[in-house]
Amino acid sequence: MTDEIDQALDKKYEAGFVTDIESDTFEPGLNESVIRRLSKLKNDPEWLLEWRLSAYNTWLKMEMPDWANLGIDEIDYQAISYYSAPKSMKDKPQSLDEVDPELIRTYEKLGIPLHEQERLAGVAVDIVFDSVSVVTTFRDKLAEAGVIFCPISEAIEKYPDMVKKYLGSVVPRGDNFFSALNSAMFTDGSFVYIPKGVKCPMELSTYFRINELNTGQFERTLIIADEGSELSYLEGCTAPQRDENQLHAAVVELVALDDSKIKYSTVQNWYPGDENGKGGIYNFVTKRGIAHTNSRISWTQVETGSAVTWKYPSCILKGDNSVGEFYSVALTRGCQQADTGTKMIHLGKNTRSTIIAKGISAGRSNNAYRGLVKMGPKAENARNFTECDSLLIGDKCGAHTYPYIESRNPTAIVEHEATTSKVSDEQMFLCQQRGLDPEKAVSMIVNGFCKEVFKELPMEFAVEAGKLLEISLEGSVG
Amino acid sequence: MVNMLSIKNLHAGIEEKNILKGLDLTINPGEVHAIMGPNGAGKSTLGYVLSGRDGYEVTEGEATLNGQDLLDMEIEERAVAGLFLAFQYPVEIPGVSNMVFMKESVNAARIARGQEEYTAGEFLKLAKEACKQVQLPLDFLKRGVNEGFSGGEKKRNEIMQMILLQPSICFLDETDSGLDVDALKTVADGVNSQRSPERSFVVVTHYQRLLDYIKPDFVHILADGKIIKSGDASLALKIENEGYGFLGLNYVEEKA
Ligand SMILES: Nc1ncnc2c1ncn2[C@@H]1O[C@H](COP(=O)(O)OP(=O)(O)OP(=O)(O)O)[C@@H](O)[C@H]1O
Ligand SMILES: [Mg+2]
Repeated sequence: MTDEIDQALDKKYEAGFVTDIESDTFEPGLNESVIRRLSKLKNDPEWLLEWRLSAYNTWLKMEMPDWANLGIDEIDYQAISYYSAPKSMKDKPQSLDEVDPELIRTYEKLGIPLHEQERLAGVAVDIVFDSVSVVTTFRDKLAEAGVIFCPISEAIEKYPDMVKKYLGSVVPRGDNFFSALNSAMFTDGSFVYIPKGVKCPMELSTYFRINELNTGQFERTLIIADEGSELSYLEGCTAPQRDENQLHAAVVELVALDDSKIKYSTVQNWYPGDENGKGGIYNFVTKRGIAHTNSRISWTQVETGSAVTWKYPSCILKGDNSVGEFYSVALTRGCQQADTGTKMIHLGKNTRSTIIAKGISAGRSNNAYRGLVKMGPKAENARNFTECDSLLIGDKCGAHTYPYIESRNPTAIVEHEATTSKVSDEQMFLCQQRGLDPEKAVSMIVNGFCKEVFKELPMEFAVEAGKLLEISLEGSVG
Repeated sequence: MVNMLSIKNLHAGIEEKNILKGLDLTINPGEVHAIMGPNGAGKSTLGYVLSGRDGYEVTEGEATLNGQDLLDMEIEERAVAGLFLAFQYPVEIPGVSNMVFMKESVNAARIARGQEEYTAGEFLKLAKEACKQVQLPLDFLKRGVNEGFSGGEKKRNEIMQMILLQPSICFLDETDSGLDVDALKTVADGVNSQRSPERSFVVVTHYQRLLDYIKPDFVHILADGKIIKSGDASLALKIENEGYGFLGLNYVEEKA
């Protein structure tokens, strides 16, 4: 039976094609002059250049952390190109009609039509291709509600005060090795501001694509929800199938001011490498939000791609009564490694957090949940509930759970539950006896296991995530 | 006429252990056959071997369904060809709604038969009816497959699946075990409602009581991997009264 499941898992990566397009790409390597060159190209204000250089100097003194025990080949940071953009983007296309049709075709192939009339009504999207934002849809409609949704490069130019105030305020430059690297070299990303009391009229989303060979993607997302506002934001990612590993080191910062709500959902499908572990994206991402009084931050993630995933979307529950949530599905197969989880830092009174993490391991992959729940001395009556469930498919994979708890307030309550289960022969047999083929059977069982998380995703995304799991589990059955 | 199910000299086992040792059984369309026999005789094994469960190996003999070589088919091919197994111990699939599970199953069979898939709306109607028929509350359609169901509810759920799948041969493995008196009647009514000249049943049971409700055309005794005696409904009564002892050592082999 295990063989059959393995075969069923022998998946195709459907987003693995390369777009043939001329690009301006930096020579590989990182030093001060590369940073100056990037900064000039991006028309950075002086303060931002200084900001980048100081991050770079911090980074130079840091070492790549090894505490997660991940099997990663040493990364040569001088062999990576830190910037690449389609040549056609040089003239800054003002509308979709001016965008290179080859780029538009790329997104059509990925199932993301860029023309507004073809888009799912109600989802605005910012498209980031390698190091630049290509197009942002529905901007006029959003502007009517006072919502700002644009590439971060543009925000730096148009809303410098806001960017200056919040950039690095949640994830400081020197927070960790990769946040320092990102702060030095971030090329583009999305910026969102929701004004006071506004409920964002549509879902916002960013779709990241790495295309160019030997290029890293270092994007930065900054989302600010002003008092009493609400938004739901989605993020998706893919990359071509290549034998070389590629680096993706993003930083996402969320600021939820008093009484606001931010829901941030990710479907991560970077190229995972082949079944022997050759190629694939190294996904080292720092995501963190700060929640002020009575606000709520929800992270939902479905992680199926990348050779190595290393991310811990976190919440700093600073304000009283603030709420943090983390719902995660991480699926690893082949030789993929995922070390993911969250940090819930309870600082305010009556703060609440919920963590539901589902890890699915197949093939020879390794899947770890790593989470920290910290109750500060002032976190009176704070509560956390954590549930970590692991599902094993086959007997060559691994699942690990590392829950760390630090409590400095005796009135705070932390609850933790963990389970490990297998896709059993009996379940497979029942499904097949009812006429389902083994692929369908595995994907149905896995979908059932993930149900609690999928129900947190926005509607269209839940369907997409289900399909993604199905594709991830798809393959030829003998 | 082609036999619905024809089993000849079937030898099968698991991990070197021979369990079925030359079993013969022929079932025609519309017939109900009851199989009784001591614990460990190989009744469930027969169901598993016919449906193609992994780990069970056929060493000799043959089995055909409507003339097709059953033993050569994948599990799911046998299923969509019309073979249904109601499990002695139904397994749970947490988080997968019963409704979705049954809809996918029924549509798999429809696709195999070249019919249009049911839409969600069409299927919902059918599912509600089937649910009422086995007297389960409608929220059982939304619950995870067998998730937290009581023993009796699981058995009713099996019958609900059978009603929806409309198989041509149903192998019911101790579907009566663990049922209260009313549930027994419900399950039996469910089965009887599905009896038709085109559909056949193999009913594995330890109790003649079930056969008061589901009247069998034939009763077989399976012991030590073989059908050692076949007869009509009166055979079940005899077993109820006398146990298997009367079969002793020097039983006479008979064929249906
Ligand atoms: N996986 C296995 N490994 C070894 N022996 C097995 C295995 N599965 C079944 N058997 C044995 O095969 C024999 C037949 O089992 P089976 O379940 O078919 O009996 P049964 O007639 O259905 O009994 P019951 O009336 O108790 O349900 C038993 O002796 C059982 O222990
Ligand atoms: Mg049995």
